[in-house]
Amino acid sequence: MKHKTKSLEHIIHGIFLILGLITVGCVLLISVYLILSGLPAILEVGIADFLFGSSWEPSAAEPEYGILPFILTSIYGTAGAIIIGVPIGFLTAVYLAKMAPKKVKAVIQQAVSMLAGIPSVVYGLVGMIVLVPGIRKLFGIPDGSGLLAAIIVLAIMILPSIIKMSVTALEAVPKEFEDASLALGATPEETYFRVSVPAAKSGIAASVVLGVGRAIGEAMAVMMVAGNVPNMPDSIFQSVRFLTTAVASEMAYSVPGSLHRNALFSIALVLFLFIMLINATLNFFLKGDRTK
Amino acid sequence: MKKIITLALAAIISLTALTSCGSSGKTVSTDGSTSMEKVIGALGESFMNANSGVTFTYNPTGSGTGIQAVTEGRCDIGLSSRSLKDSEKANGLTETVLAYDGIAVIVNPENPVHDLDVATIAAIYTGEITNWSEVGGNDSEIVLIGREANSGTRDGFESITDTEDACKYRQELTSTGDVITAVASNPGAIGYASVASLKDSVKALTVAGVTANEENIKNGSYVIQRPFVLVTKADTTLSETAQKFFDYATSAEANDLIIKAGVVPAT
Repeated sequence: MKHKTKSLEHIIHGIFLILGLITVGCVLLISVYLILSGLPAILEVGIADFLFGSSWEPSAAEPEYGILPFILTSIYGTAGAIIIGVPIGFLTAVYLAKMAPKKVKAVIQQAVSMLAGIPSVVYGLVGMIVLVPGIRKLFGIPDGSGLLAAIIVLAIMILPSIIKMSVTALEAVPKEFEDASLALGATPEETYFRVSVPAAKSGIAASVVLGVGRAIGEAMAVMMVAGNVPNMPDSIFQSVRFLTTAVASEMAYSVPGSLHRNALFSIALVLFLFIMLINATLNFFLKGDRTK
Repeated sequence: MKKIITLALAAIISLTALTSCGSSGKTVSTDGSTSMEKVIGALGESFMNANSGVTFTYNPTGSGTGIQAVTEGRCDIGLSSRSLKDSEKANGLTETVLAYDGIAVIVNPENPVHDLDVATIAAIYTGEITNWSEVGGNDSEIVLIGREANSGTRDGFESITDTEDACKYRQELTSTGDVITAVASNPGAIGYASVASLKDSVKALTVAGVTANEENIKNGSYVIQRPFVLVTKADTTLSETAQKFFDYATSAEANDLIIKAGVVPAT
């Protein structure tokens, strides 16, 4: 009987190992595939022309494949979302973790969870119907779609990841730290911002990086509000195209095997590298937390 | 014991999932143009009703992807809302025109402009005319809404108005529905969309006095129009069921449904 249980355990172990390897296999497959299909176009266009070219005209008589507008748009858009989203998310997290009465906390946390569960296409649709006309009327411009609309949508979309992760980090701060501070005569607010927040800073930093990752990888919602014209992002009202939307909007119609299709893979490769970089930063923050 | 049962169940479920994926002879799979959704959906539904046990699938991916899918044998019939290019015909594909679709030029219902000719539309889209007052409308900037590069509708619109690569879009959206929504929410907007998918939330312009309706598209007097094409491989015969669907779709029998879907049958 004992022997039987053991062999069964081995089998189950094997199954779990295989399931685990599936994930690793997928990552490897995607990485290799992206590099293999992304590199040729970069080499054909030339790295400098591809990364720093300011004009994207794949279907013109003399096609140009410069993705600088997309890179800048993605950076500006993400930065804007962080500038708006992080203060709101961070302060909400401090309130939820330290100050909110239990009932209020439960309601707000439920709402945050729901915000995280809303499909991005719904964010896009609401943005298109409410936000874009709103910006048009507010600023008196001909059309409201553009960088600003995308930034606002992204800022709302990254709130749940920032709030949830920061709350967890703040709640993990040992109560002794706070008690000591309070006992020394600090007010609760002073304690939260001078003691709890610094103690949870690596977790909060990680939440910001996670927000960056979510914002830079979002495609559907920004596609519906950003206008999608490959312009240089020289104004917040400019109609712009992100790295993600550049791939998503043209993939369906590009001719397979053409330089155009390959260039889209190259854009995906650039995006992939960006996200790898962000993940590495995230790991750095989380590891820093553990060694302390 | 519980674990074993769970495992067995999982195995059974995955097996059934696998078998249901396998294509039996009773399926017709189509793949391609999103503009053709309405017409192909109606045809597929009535075909399934008339032939019990037959499954009809439609994958709305876009003309380019549909053509690729039929080339690679991933579907029986490809759907394209543009004529095949010579390079695609050289790849062994044949086209059969199913219907003609008019592309309507749409504006916001608040816009007093109701008629433009093709040359004016082209001038608007290339940025020569930038204010509605120049064409008899209100004093407001014209906001150009269009589709993404290589979209069948954009391809059709730009080739007919002769504005390829010259359009100064303010927004490039990825579906007909998005274009309609964007135009409906901006009084200064102009856009283009398939006549079949028009809604009351936008106003279709007459082009040089000709209304975009079935009659005018069929007799050719409405000039902004394009073909809906069924794409098949020249050297491969369709499965029995797929051939039956192909014959049905191109027969006079299907015309009522095609007209109901808002496009003009070719036969």
